[in-house]
Amino acid sequence: MSSRAIVFIIPVIVIAIFWLMARREARRNPDPTRKSFFERNGKALGIVFIALVAFWTLFLVALPYLYMVVESFHPALPPTKRGGPDDVLTVAQYSSFVINPIGDQVNWLHMKALVFSILVSMAVTFLNFCICYPLAFYMAQAGTAQKVRLLMLGLIVPYWVNEILRAFSLRLLLASKGLINQALMGIGITDAPIDFLGNNTGLYVGLSYAYLLVMMFPLYNAIESLDKNQIEAARDLGAPWWRIHWDVVIPYAKPGIASGCTMVFMLSVGSLAAPQFLGGPRVLWFTAIIYDFFFQSFNWPRGAAYAFIMLVVCIALVMGMLRLFKVSLGEAIK
Amino acid sequence: MSAGVELDHITVRFGDFTAVDNATLDIKGGEFFSFLGPSGCGKTTILRTVSGFLEPSEGRVRIGGQDMAGIGPNKRPTALIFQNLALFPLMSVAENISYGLRVRGAGKAERRRKADELLDLIALPGQGDKLVSELSGGQKQRVAIARALAVEPKVLLLDEPLSALDLKLRQHMRAELRAIQQKVGITFIYITHDQGEALTMSDRIAVMSDGVIQQVGDGKAVYDQPQTAFVASFVGENNPFPGTITRAENGYAVIETAFGPLRGRNPQGLAAGSRGILFVRPESLQLGQGSADATLSSTVTNVAFEGHMTHVYLNGQAKKEIIVTVGRLGGAAIPAPHTTTPISYDAELGLILPEGMLARE
Amino acid sequence: MSSRMIMRGMIGFYILLFFGYLFGPLVVMSITAFNTPSYPAAYPFEAFTLDWFVKLWNHRNMMDGLKNSIIIGIGVVAISVPVGLAASIIMSQIYHRARSLYYLITISPLLTPGVIIGISTVIFWRDVLSVTDVTRSMFYNGMVLTVLGQASFISAYCLLIFMARLTRFDRAQEEAALDLGASYPQVFWHILLPFLKPAVVSAIVIAFLTSFENYNTTTFAILADKTLVTVLAGEVRQGTTPALSALAVIIIAISVVGAVLYEVVKRREQMQAERAQRQAILAERGEVAAVA
Repeated sequence: MSSRAIVFIIPVIVIAIFWLMARREARRNPDPTRKSFFERNGKALGIVFIALVAFWTLFLVALPYLYMVVESFHPALPPTKRGGPDDVLTVAQYSSFVINPIGDQVNWLHMKALVFSILVSMAVTFLNFCICYPLAFYMAQAGTAQKVRLLMLGLIVPYWVNEILRAFSLRLLLASKGLINQALMGIGITDAPIDFLGNNTGLYVGLSYAYLLVMMFPLYNAIESLDKNQIEAARDLGAPWWRIHWDVVIPYAKPGIASGCTMVFMLSVGSLAAPQFLGGPRVLWFTAIIYDFFFQSFNWPRGAAYAFIMLVVCIALVMGMLRLFKVSLGEAIK
Repeated sequence: MSAGVELDHITVRFGDFTAVDNATLDIKGGEFFSFLGPSGCGKTTILRTVSGFLEPSEGRVRIGGQDMAGIGPNKRPTALIFQNLALFPLMSVAENISYGLRVRGAGKAERRRKADELLDLIALPGQGDKLVSELSGGQKQRVAIARALAVEPKVLLLDEPLSALDLKLRQHMRAELRAIQQKVGITFIYITHDQGEALTMSDRIAVMSDGVIQQVGDGKAVYDQPQTAFVASFVGENNPFPGTITRAENGYAVIETAFGPLRGRNPQGLAAGSRGILFVRPESLQLGQGSADATLSSTVTNVAFEGHMTHVYLNGQAKKEIIVTVGRLGGAAIPAPHTTTPISYDAELGLILPEGMLARE
Repeated sequence: MSSRMIMRGMIGFYILLFFGYLFGPLVVMSITAFNTPSYPAAYPFEAFTLDWFVKLWNHRNMMDGLKNSIIIGIGVVAISVPVGLAASIIMSQIYHRARSLYYLITISPLLTPGVIIGISTVIFWRDVLSVTDVTRSMFYNGMVLTVLGQASFISAYCLLIFMARLTRFDRAQEEAALDLGASYPQVFWHILLPFLKPAVVSAIVIAFLTSFENYNTTTFAILADKTLVTVLAGEVRQGTTPALSALAVIIIAISVVGAVLYEVVKRREQMQAERAQRQAILAERGEVAAVA
């Protein structure tokens, strides 16, 4: 258990750094209005606030994450052997992502699954941006207040139908006996039903459908605060409509766009319902592989290692994209 | 009931910036005292230091002779009226007024009685159950005053409370504030950048600039006997003529300006050879020739007729314009623009002060 | 003029298409809930039936799952709303440099895939709760772990809701209360909390609904237990029955009623505000008349 116990020390170090930072800043800019935290809130309330936040950030966020990372550096053992002499630190779970231990071959399957998940999620992100942008712009700038309220209402209602049921509804449409195939065959476009689920169309549509509104709201919020006069001014200066969007609206809404894209991308990569219920039988979605490690082969350390790989790759990608488009992380996650 | 406020060598610093520099002042109990100055001059910082939201970096604040060091705003015998009033929007008018009593543990009946009493004082009887959002600007103003008076403070601090009102209401509220102050008899400390407010309401005024108290005195003294170039140029309109003093004798001096040698009073006894500024107010200037050392001539640039008076603008020194105010009964013919005309003044009304910073327009 | 008409027509067509995409699948699903075939079909519509609602009502697993979902939702609200509130208040008082680190830590659960939150919750609490037999037998179960896992990211949602409201708080209100003699805790209870009340309400609603419909985290953290959503997932995986459509119809109906109610309340509030404004204008006029 000793290697696992290290996890509990790290937060202590982080808190110490945090405290030192606050102290240093307080000394650098002495501010006569400044009161200490306990003066500001009273002893009892101050302690309650700190206890709540400490419980959350330590026991619900930091420690479980760190613990998962440490677990991923352990072998998969039955419960009786955990903590025993076999329970040593190892990178076996990570190397298994590159070289499959069964058969000692390059693990193309899992690497392909990761790349596939990421590429599909990027495409879905872009697709959703294209679908949502016109409506977000219309609601934020062109529509009357009453219309906008009605449209908002229309957007919010489907949002509260959960992911599984939404996937289910798409399956009813896309299945080989579903409404779309019935219609296609009825008109005579095809004779045999098209296997939308088998060729992954279902997966793509399902991902896009599930996270449509996650893109919509940040876009709307960002465009809404743009001064209408700026658009008028651009139009007055003779800019064609596409230039107005390209030069005025999109640069202004960039933080909102980044926010929406980041959220949709992360949710899509981490999605479980769409690949499970709308993907073809041969689709290898990375989170589905992790799921199988947990529930089929009961190899938790390997699942943890794969989860960590996914997290690191995705965060690196998001950070890279944000840097490319010159948006700070703080702006993107508002 | 009232208490005096003593500022004893107060300095307030924010990092490298000195907001108030070594201010010493003695405000008497029951006085209506104003701090007058442009924005950023440190008057609000002084107010916050007196109310306890700021601790001075150096010096002491004493209220009623008692040192206030380390005593928080909720323990001081002061009440503050905020610039935006800061009424509590989720409470009714009566709840607002009696809030100070609530936190002191007063019972419901007592709170209600006090609220009704104060509503009578501010001429809003029976309006206690209204929401703050249902009141007019002037009514909100009065509720804020009542809320502050409810805790029976010894000193009432007012931070430009009239700035949000329109002109007519503002003038009306001035009289009302003064009346309330005389009725309750406590010390009022009033912060404003509006000299009209300061001059009409105050017993005494402290004029501030860049964190420094420039002059303290009643309205007439500040207007008629400014002690620094800043006060002369900030309080009321004034025409500055900078130059070098050539002669000084029994209370008068002659200063060599761009318009030649001009004469004026020399209350601070500036010696020949030192730099100074001659100030002559627009209403002290008249069109036409006067005595030789109190006459200058310049080109008219613009004439503005304002009904009860006429402003004549002439080319002045350093791109500034000279303003001459001519009353209706002045009788002199108003010159046309672009003509050159002599203007003059009574040397008694010219004032020579040491060179210093002027107020920005 | 005509190009404008074309533009308008295009916008209308696009909005139609968008909402068609959004609602189409839900409408089709709703129809299948009232159709007789046991394979959910919207066409051909054979006969109207309410059997599938009865089937749903008698579905033991789903009803158990629903009960668990509600209990978990309440647990998550009980943790996340106070945590989000406390975190937002600390956020508003913290020094600048330390704030960005604090922000990053508190917001990170929103960027972490739900799968990872679920996995890390299970792995961590399995070992922590196994330290003693008592804690293991009392707390190591799916309900507790799901509440903890969901609270981890739902608290961050609550934090954002409270932060948005706090930025509109007028600091002068706090100072006014202090100046009138209130202590800092009194300022919190009398001034700040009433101001935050609308945010508390929306945090409760959003926390509960987010918990209720969560799948990714729950599917790991729930262990051997079940929630409505995990039961649904199992049903969908096994095949399809119009009973699921019936459930969707109920959820949609509740959402629509909720949204309309919300709209009505909003409108009433707006009317109240308008009345207050009218009163203020009248008061203003009266006052000016009195001055003159």
